[in-house]
Amino acid sequence: MEQHRGAWLLVLPAALFIFAFTNIPLLATLVSSLYTSPIAGHGGGFVGLDNYRDLLSDPSFRTSLVNNLIYAAVTVPASVILALLMALGVNAAIPGRATLRLSFFLPTMLPMIAVGAIWLFFYTPQYGLVDRFTRFIGLGDINWLGNTATALPAMMAVAIWKQAGFFMIFYLAALQNIPPVLREAASLEGVSRFYFFRRVTVPLLGPTTLFVMVTAAINAFCVVDHVIEMTQGGPDNASSLLLYYVYQAGFRDWDLDTAAAATVVLVLILGLLAAGMFALFGRRVHYR
Amino acid sequence: MWLFGLLWALPLLYAIWAAVHPPLYATEFELGSPVTLGNFARAWHAAPFARYFLNTVLLVSFTVTGQCVLATLAAFAFARFSFRGRDLLFSALLLQLMVSPSILLVWNYREISWLGLANTIPAMGIPYLGSALGIFLLRQNFRTIPTELDDAARLEGCSLLGRLWKVYVPLSRSTYVAFGLTSIAYHWNDFLWPLVISDSVTTRPLTVGLEIFATPEQGVQWSLVTAATLLSSAPLLVAFLIFQRQFVQSFLRIGIR
Repeated sequence: MEQHRGAWLLVLPAALFIFAFTNIPLLATLVSSLYTSPIAGHGGGFVGLDNYRDLLSDPSFRTSLVNNLIYAAVTVPASVILALLMALGVNAAIPGRATLRLSFFLPTMLPMIAVGAIWLFFYTPQYGLVDRFTRFIGLGDINWLGNTATALPAMMAVAIWKQAGFFMIFYLAALQNIPPVLREAASLEGVSRFYFFRRVTVPLLGPTTLFVMVTAAINAFCVVDHVIEMTQGGPDNASSLLLYYVYQAGFRDWDLDTAAAATVVLVLILGLLAAGMFALFGRRVHYR
Repeated sequence: MWLFGLLWALPLLYAIWAAVHPPLYATEFELGSPVTLGNFARAWHAAPFARYFLNTVLLVSFTVTGQCVLATLAAFAFARFSFRGRDLLFSALLLQLMVSPSILLVWNYREISWLGLANTIPAMGIPYLGSALGIFLLRQNFRTIPTELDDAARLEGCSLLGRLWKVYVPLSRSTYVAFGLTSIAYHWNDFLWPLVISDSVTTRPLTVGLEIFATPEQGVQWSLVTAATLLSSAPLLVAFLIFQRQFVQSFLRIGIR
């Protein structure tokens, strides 16, 4: 390892930008969530956890938080399972599997905003394909995005559609890395295919599953493009997510204290998620 | 599996159907409906998409080039030099892998406004210029390069930056490709940060322009919206279809570290 006086200078530009737009804003957000900003008539000052108390007593924050937890609890496992099924499907020697792979993967390459526009059309009452289908099977017209019961599930479907194909490629790569010798040995021993899948394939896919789950969970809390475009969190906050709440508080209500406190909650969740997943899976994951 | 694949492609196919038929036929499935490319031309002129395209291209090239340059310098120092506080600094920077600048949008908006850069194209890229991911990947790669090569270059009188440029960078091409493609895809599709920081036709990228076009207050012309959607996603989709293997390899490489 070389000593060099110039080494610091090499790191400086990148460090400057990362500190200025990640570390410092994070600290500043944390600090400002403990203060109120001075408004006309009131001086600002240290208020401890008051902003958090206000936040928790705000029904639209509570709704956004609960929505986001449900959203994550559905989109993460659903995307992971679908991705695994897709990978198993296109890993087998079936005709036209390149086309199939493409069909699964293409949504991933579209911007979330394009995906949102496509699904906005897909969900349109009367004209959308979804509504035509529900009418065809006799369920009648459903305004998917305008109904408090269906708006959040509709957002989930969009997110799953966009990301499952991305996770598929990781499973596909992992499946192709499983040595064929294992399969041959198992068939010599007369092991059933399901048993082989459960006891050999699934454990070997452990690291991939961990990675995919962490990525899906991060997406569930950090991507709200489709909410902004398709429902604006509505109707009646039914499809509002945490980051959308932050965006509203910061740029519609200009309530920076609330936005800061909500951001801290979001960051805490992300931190817990990362720590929790590694603690939970750390022992069960088989690294080769 | 085929049925599942078809179902999966349905939203996209429906959008393509609407985009290539005259508005009257957009939601009617009649074989033999006249096929037209007119929607694309009309969508192109219905909003300043040419300008949006330019903005996105400028934004992406500025951001990705900047990321690569800054990450290369930093990764070199982290990989091959020892200096005080190196490991502490490295872990502090890796915080960005968990907390991306885009969720700190309220504070970053304040910072960019203080700097007087709000509503400019650089402003949309600046928070991302320092890339912890780029530094991490390049550092991993630089550490695998045999020091003998480096020593040889030094004996021949190569300067510090000369060694970096002549030995390290050429031997890390695949890492640059992987990081570059991933980053291009990310910033081409990025929406939330550009939405808050850009406020006019001259800075707005495609994603923001498309959002405005797709959600007007009343009366949505679906054939135009779907055409605009496909248009704005087309460059990346075409690039993907041509360089499919490279894209997938890059994503895999960045994913599984």
